[in-house]
Amino acid sequence: MGIEQSGGILVTTLEKVVNWARKYSVWPLTFGLACCAIEMICTAAARFDIARFGMEAYRPSPRQADMMIVAGTVTKKMLPAVLRLYEQMVDPKWVMVMGSCATSGGVFRSYAVVQGIDKYLPVDVYVPGCPPTPDALLYGVTKIHEKIMQDKWLTKKYEHIKFPEKVKS
Amino acid sequence: MDIKKYTEKILSALPKEAVKSVQEFRGQVSLIVESERIIDVLKLLRDRFGFRYLIDLTAVDHLPNEPRFEVVYHLWCHAEKRLIRVKTFAKGEPPTISSVVGLWSTANWHERECYDMFGIIFDGHPDLRRILLWEGFDGHPLRKDYPVEGRDEKRNN
Repeated sequence: MGIEQSGGILVTTLEKVVNWARKYSVWPLTFGLACCAIEMICTAAARFDIARFGMEAYRPSPRQADMMIVAGTVTKKMLPAVLRLYEQMVDPKWVMVMGSCATSGGVFRSYAVVQGIDKYLPVDVYVPGCPPTPDALLYGVTKIHEKIMQDKWLTKKYEHIKFPEKVKS
Repeated sequence: MDIKKYTEKILSALPKEAVKSVQEFRGQVSLIVESERIIDVLKLLRDRFGFRYLIDLTAVDHLPNEPRFEVVYHLWCHAEKRLIRVKTFAKGEPPTISSVVGLWSTANWHERECYDMFGIIFDGHPDLRRILLWEGFDGHPLRKDYPVEGRDEKRNN
């Protein structure tokens, strides 16, 4: 972005300004599975204040949310519900994995626990910790922001088309 | 009343052939009971000695030993503030024992959990199906011969 000196005009690309607006209004899904959820709630409360990142609107309905924080142990019995919530979310959507249980199963190397939600969901950011501190979660949020800023939603759609190379005579 | 006298009082009222032995450890009394007479013993304890509350019903797997599955009942008497533990063995294949849902309704879910985790059949249970794991799960995971990391179960769908 560049600011013109006279007249207070801001010059930028459409992609950047939309991504900028988008990154400060990520609405997470109200969704906690274990003790990580307590840290997530703590992050939303006054001291750490996730509202600074425009994320204070936790949505109870997946249809209104665009980010899923998988906070806690995903059991095999819970997995279909998690996948269904993810599928009900509207595009574009991001997934943040919080804590070692959701990342890799953690200490629960057992018959009942999914050994990493990344086997089933496309994960954007992993936040390590058991449970991660609110600071770690906020750092993960900033990483999501970086990822959103790099989202070439306007220009990427031709990338998958391969134009034929010129035939040399 | 001290615990030994109280235990003797209970034992004198219970049928002799039903109680195999009595253990006392740190002030807690366990009765080891014949599995055929478990309903009689529990009913007597409930109606006559005021053990109205079934705290817990669970099982223990003694894998190399036979009989393998021990079912444990914890009873509490509110009036006397006393705990008593009743143990018995579920025999047969699959291991089977009478249900106590008729005595305590709370046993319903306890017995379902016990069936889910150990595969013990509770004879006379009104609705014996899995409670924690999903329908179609293969095996009973708290059995000692079940691998802790699972047998690569398919997810619940």
